[in-house]
Amino acid sequence: MQRSHRGAVITVLVLAFITGILVFAYQTRDKNGSNAPITAVGSTALQPLVEAAGEDFQKSHPGISVTVQGGGSGTGLSQISQGAVSLGNSDLYAEEKKGIKSQDLVDHRVAVVGIMPIVNKQVGVNNLTLSQLTDIFTGKVTNWKQVGGADQKIVLVNRAAGSGTRAAFEKWAMGGATSKEAQEQDSSGMVKSIVQNTPGAISYVAFAYQSNDVATLNVNGVAPTNENVENGSYPIWSYEHIYTKGQATGDTKKFLAYMNSTSFQKKYVEKLGYISVHKMQIDRDRNGLITRK
Amino acid sequence: MNAKTADKVATGVIYTIAASVALVLIAMLAFILVRGLPHLSWHFLTAPARSFEAGGGIGIQLFNSFYLLILAMLISFPIALGAAIYLNEYAKPSLFINIVRTAIEVMSSLPSVVVGLFGFLIFVVKFHLGFSILSGAIALTIFNLPILTRSIETSLSQIPNLQREAGAALGLSRFETVIHIILPASVPSIVTGVVISAGRVFGEAAALIYTAGQSAPALNFADWNPFNMASPLSPFRPAETLAVHIWKINSEGIMPDLSAVSAGASAVLIIVVLLFNFSARRLGTLLYKKLTNS
Amino acid sequence: MDLITEKIKKTSLSTKQDRFGKFISISALILISAIVVLIFAFVITRGIATFTTNKVSVTDFLFGTNWNPSVVDKKTGLPGVGALPLIVGSMAVTFLAAIIATPFAIGTAVFMTEISKKRGAKIMQPVIELLVGIPSVVYGVIGLTVVVPVIRSIFGGTGLGILSGTIVLFVMILPTITSMTVDTLKGVPRHYRESALAIGATRWQMIYKVVLRAAIPGILTAIVFGMARAFGEALAVQMVIGNAANMPNSLVSPAATLTSVLTMGIGNTVMGSLQNNVLWSLAMILLLMSLIFNVLIRMIGRKGEMK
Repeated sequence: MQRSHRGAVITVLVLAFITGILVFAYQTRDKNGSNAPITAVGSTALQPLVEAAGEDFQKSHPGISVTVQGGGSGTGLSQISQGAVSLGNSDLYAEEKKGIKSQDLVDHRVAVVGIMPIVNKQVGVNNLTLSQLTDIFTGKVTNWKQVGGADQKIVLVNRAAGSGTRAAFEKWAMGGATSKEAQEQDSSGMVKSIVQNTPGAISYVAFAYQSNDVATLNVNGVAPTNENVENGSYPIWSYEHIYTKGQATGDTKKFLAYMNSTSFQKKYVEKLGYISVHKMQIDRDRNGLITRK
Repeated sequence: MNAKTADKVATGVIYTIAASVALVLIAMLAFILVRGLPHLSWHFLTAPARSFEAGGGIGIQLFNSFYLLILAMLISFPIALGAAIYLNEYAKPSLFINIVRTAIEVMSSLPSVVVGLFGFLIFVVKFHLGFSILSGAIALTIFNLPILTRSIETSLSQIPNLQREAGAALGLSRFETVIHIILPASVPSIVTGVVISAGRVFGEAAALIYTAGQSAPALNFADWNPFNMASPLSPFRPAETLAVHIWKINSEGIMPDLSAVSAGASAVLIIVVLLFNFSARRLGTLLYKKLTNS
Repeated sequence: MDLITEKIKKTSLSTKQDRFGKFISISALILISAIVVLIFAFVITRGIATFTTNKVSVTDFLFGTNWNPSVVDKKTGLPGVGALPLIVGSMAVTFLAAIIATPFAIGTAVFMTEISKKRGAKIMQPVIELLVGIPSVVYGVIGLTVVVPVIRSIFGGTGLGILSGTIVLFVMILPTITSMTVDTLKGVPRHYRESALAIGATRWQMIYKVVLRAAIPGILTAIVFGMARAFGEALAVQMVIGNAANMPNSLVSPAATLTSVLTMGIGNTVMGSLQNNVLWSLAMILLLMSLIFNVLIRMIGRKGEMK
């Protein structure tokens, strides 16, 4: 009997001690940081950029904390439209995502991402027209010799349905056509290594994933470079969006202004493989209407 | 073929099979370690990860993994222990117990993706916990509970009934028998079970991707107040673990030293799990000696 | 006298303690059951929305072969929600992995319990436990860097597909099946073996005709348990299977499983939309399958109970 009583007493003492420490910690917590933090959720492609911005922003604005989380564009958009987070990161226009009420969402375009077709090095092609690309991805063309390459079967490697890269590619490279059912990969890294190792493979990745292991194709004779996207001659690219519910206010507004500042765009955007919105000489709306700036 | 030759042939085949299984494991371990060990350094183990430059480490991810593991274990161990004690010591065969047992078994074969998604919608979204250590710990608890309950129950059931009868003969209540006789006697195998399930929790990724999140914000290791966001102890911060980190950089990584980080992180993960396994056996034997005074 | 009666009739301290212990432990048990019920209720309400809110017919979902929920099929005017390719993909990798793993698992288990107990305990036991501990992400990485290139160089193509998935899963479920088989074999009473040897059976005859026969239900349970694990495995499979939601027509062409589609899609879809709801329906199938596996295990267990 004595023994179990002793056990109970010790348990109570330990619990009291822990509670005491917690209360003390709560009392002495850093009150500056207790402002509602800015939370950004969504696109994994945009995540590193927003994270970099968040880290820098916290340094220059002590007391404001920025948490950046992935989860995918769909998550970002559904969370922001419910008002559960301060910023929703997305690779697509909210209007393009099924099931999102986009009326009260405000779009902030923070960067541009260029997308380039990549092929296995042995296919012997270095340029395709947009219509050839469309034919290949819709399955009309099935052998590389039909587009002037080696006699090899074409192996399509697609991106996950609903992903930003795929949506942009289907929209701007294939004129809105749907690609043939083929293997899908969730990630650019995987896509690259598959294309590198599979004879006859073709896929597409963001400019950031450029590498010498795969061959990059020119589109309509234009090389996929930042300059060509900026001056409007290279067609396959999309904006990276950060959405707010209603106009941004307070800390969130400051943060977005920081992301759009010349210093941030210069310092990080290109380093991370995006194209700065400041350098774009053209503006393109959701329907493809291009206006020179 | 007569019985003698058949015996020899069969023995040979079985030897080959066992050897090849051992070989597969050794090859896998060697592969991971050979690829990963050269990248390990103090810097790699402690530095924060970098998303787009070379030279990042896995410091925060490593800390997150351990912290999440400890939290998940703190929550799940008492529950699993209680449930296992009931199942093994009190329960009489009945429809209810049958259903509960099935429930636990179903839970243990529940795809961890489903656990993760459940945690995502309930804790992250509904309860507004966000992608956080807390959400992750709860998801891991759900993932861990059935495994732990089963392993503790097995440990308890291995204690011969003689001990229970001896307790009853001494006039102890069943509860006292459990606390003072059965539990101490089964501590070694319970500890082994706990540590081995800790290994599984440590390597779990699918349940965490959508609960603890895929980002590891910088931590201030001078601030141990759990109510501050930057504190390593804060349960409300998003916390990418090592296993999630490996999955993520293999999918979306753009740092130039990606394959090195991936190989190094895999090696660390394996080493930690190995350590868990070895220490489980050591601790088990040690405790057994100590508790039984033999 | 009264005092004594009262004292005896009063609930003793021990009984109180016992009740307390019983209360604590049963509440833990109820908590676990509640979580299971909650998960089931939750996934099923979500998963059923596809059929109630989005009016997808169950047969289209289970037997349709066109999986492409974000695109409306021109012929039917409905989004492609046929999950059959995914179900077939999941089944294929699961069964193939179990078929390959079983002989290895039984062989290893027999080695550990019947042939070389000492080496079994010293070498194989740790080996098996370590294999259990290797995280599935690491299996995925190994699959991607070792298995896939080997398959590619032998069969051509991308190397991603059911075969690669099978091999990775085979290694993943091998330790599970093995360790459970070991437990069963250890449970076969010693006098079975002794009587077999006493009537002049060789060791192999004893193993094959007596020990394994007696252990069949346990071994079956182990296999089904391994299959349940394989069926629910997500990340490792997703990395090596290629994720093409076509009806698989060869072992080396890309295919998809329920789990791979689920993990890839959930972040890209919007909650409450059809695209998201179908994913929950997939989760529901996973859940029901693990229920079926468990019922199977119990049935096998009950049938083979040694009396």
